[in-house]
Amino acid sequence: MKITAELVDYISELSRLELEAGEKQAMTAELERIVAYMDVLNKLDTEGVEPMSHVFPVKNVLREDEVIPSQDRAELLAGSPAPDGEAFLVPKAVE
Amino acid sequence: MELTKLTALELGAAIKRGEVSIVEAAQAALDNLAARDGALNAFITVTGERALERAEQLQAGVKDAQSPLYGVPMAIKDNICTRGVKTTCASKILGDFAPPYDATAVERLARAGAVSLGKLNMDEFAMGSTSETSFYGPVRNPWDLARAPGGSSGGAAAAVAALMGWYAIGSDTGGSIRQPAAYCGVTGMKPTYGTVSRYGLIAYASSLDQIGPLCRDAADCAAILDILQGKDPRDGTSLDGQYGNLLSGLTGDVRGLKIGLPADCYGDGLEVEVRSAVLAAAEALKGRGAEIVELSFPVMEYVVPAYYIIACAEASSNLSRFDGVKYGWRAEEYEGLADLYRKTRTQGFGAEVKRRILLGTFVLSSGYYDAYYKKALQAKAVIKEAFDKAFARCDLLLTPVSPATAPRLGESLSDPLKMYLSDIYTVSVNLAGLPALSMPCGFDSKGLPIGAQLIGPHFGEGTILNAAHAFQTDTDWHKRTPKGGDPA
Repeated sequence: MKITAELVDYISELSRLELEAGEKQAMTAELERIVAYMDVLNKLDTEGVEPMSHVFPVKNVLREDEVIPSQDRAELLAGSPAPDGEAFLVPKAVE
Repeated sequence: MELTKLTALELGAAIKRGEVSIVEAAQAALDNLAARDGALNAFITVTGERALERAEQLQAGVKDAQSPLYGVPMAIKDNICTRGVKTTCASKILGDFAPPYDATAVERLARAGAVSLGKLNMDEFAMGSTSETSFYGPVRNPWDLARAPGGSSGGAAAAVAALMGWYAIGSDTGGSIRQPAAYCGVTGMKPTYGTVSRYGLIAYASSLDQIGPLCRDAADCAAILDILQGKDPRDGTSLDGQYGNLLSGLTGDVRGLKIGLPADCYGDGLEVEVRSAVLAAAEALKGRGAEIVELSFPVMEYVVPAYYIIACAEASSNLSRFDGVKYGWRAEEYEGLADLYRKTRTQGFGAEVKRRILLGTFVLSSGYYDAYYKKALQAKAVIKEAFDKAFARCDLLLTPVSPATAPRLGESLSDPLKMYLSDIYTVSVNLAGLPALSMPCGFDSKGLPIGAQLIGPHFGEGTILNAAHAFQTDTDWHKRTPKGGDPA
């Protein structure tokens, strides 16, 4: 499959990444090679094979709904680049 | 005998008997570290003072110690959270982030009396096979400073090989414990998926990630897994099981054990010296009464593409949490919220991480999901079935860990696809959630260690460790130590 510069722009935007012109060109070529290699999977007959997300059939892991102390707010905020004592600060998102 | 050359269990026993104090042990490792790590760069953060304080505290309780590893100094890969100690994933984007909690694995080891010497260098976000993608610079292989130690747990393998601590814990998503263990001549194990809690392990690919030990030998691995394994309500994928008896199960008796050699793992692309060293390991086990079974494993062609599609897909989702808001580093200049995310991620992630995020976003994007992601999940089912068939005929599989010995620094960075292909013998194990161990089985003509891999069925840790223990009883490859970084 052909990886175009437009496709790389599209997935960069979805990924919230910005590639400079030179970087984009190199990445486009690399992704094309990697994806071409991945196309080897087309040789594998998977007709009727159920996609497997987990190897163990563990489903709906439930627990009692008990109130337990959560992580301390001040400690959690301490790791943030811009805390204000009770929240994470970000630029205004809604006018 | 030199203190730093003891195994973790031997040191634990010496501490228990009062022959060595915990402070003496920690100091010996820290001295070695100070002398050698300038050249090796295995550590990102050294917590020497903390370690000596803790050693002193633990010494007071040595008489009541239960764990055979009580007081033994070790180190932790830098993608495993440690309360109050910088945890970077070797990435710029996490900055000086110091987690407010310990990973369950760290908590369990601390309860057993572990002394942490610090945090270990790795590939950024565990994405790489050489430990060269670290923001903190590449780790060097202690057997040859011009070569890579493997990855992504390269700092862990180099630290254990160069005697800067008696064991380390790392993580393995596609071979990240086993392959560096092979390149550095140490023993490393990736346990069955779900047997060790991932709580506090910064996620790369959640369905494949697993924490495990890198050590001097199989017995140390068993002792560490006895501490690490167990159900944890904080990790929904962790499993109930009968844990805690691995060390006591090491009899060295492998009579009648059926060891499968998959012909497909010994063909094209495998270096001749690696092939003969691994086959010699099979002969050694045969000499102790194991039975060798030749079989086929006809899915080798599909394991690397299936692995990279699934791993990158999960990575693209997992790494979306790094956006300059909740933890770590934020770009200095931006206009508005979306630009804050974009600038922080663009400047904070390295090239390999970006490549995998983009690849993962691509395989999950509308129009390509069925052709790539869904197809890879189907391939995973086929690969799992191939293992089921193999384990119907044998108890363990023996394969190389990697097609070649440690590459020169820089070689892999210029050709990502070539680097991905070098993971061919390890990634299938993660796709199928199996346990597997890497053990030293020889050296090539360049003097570089060669690793053999033992793979077992789910919960087959005991059988694997016993076979490795039997092999190590008869051989001394695991006892050789490198000179790299040693000024003496």
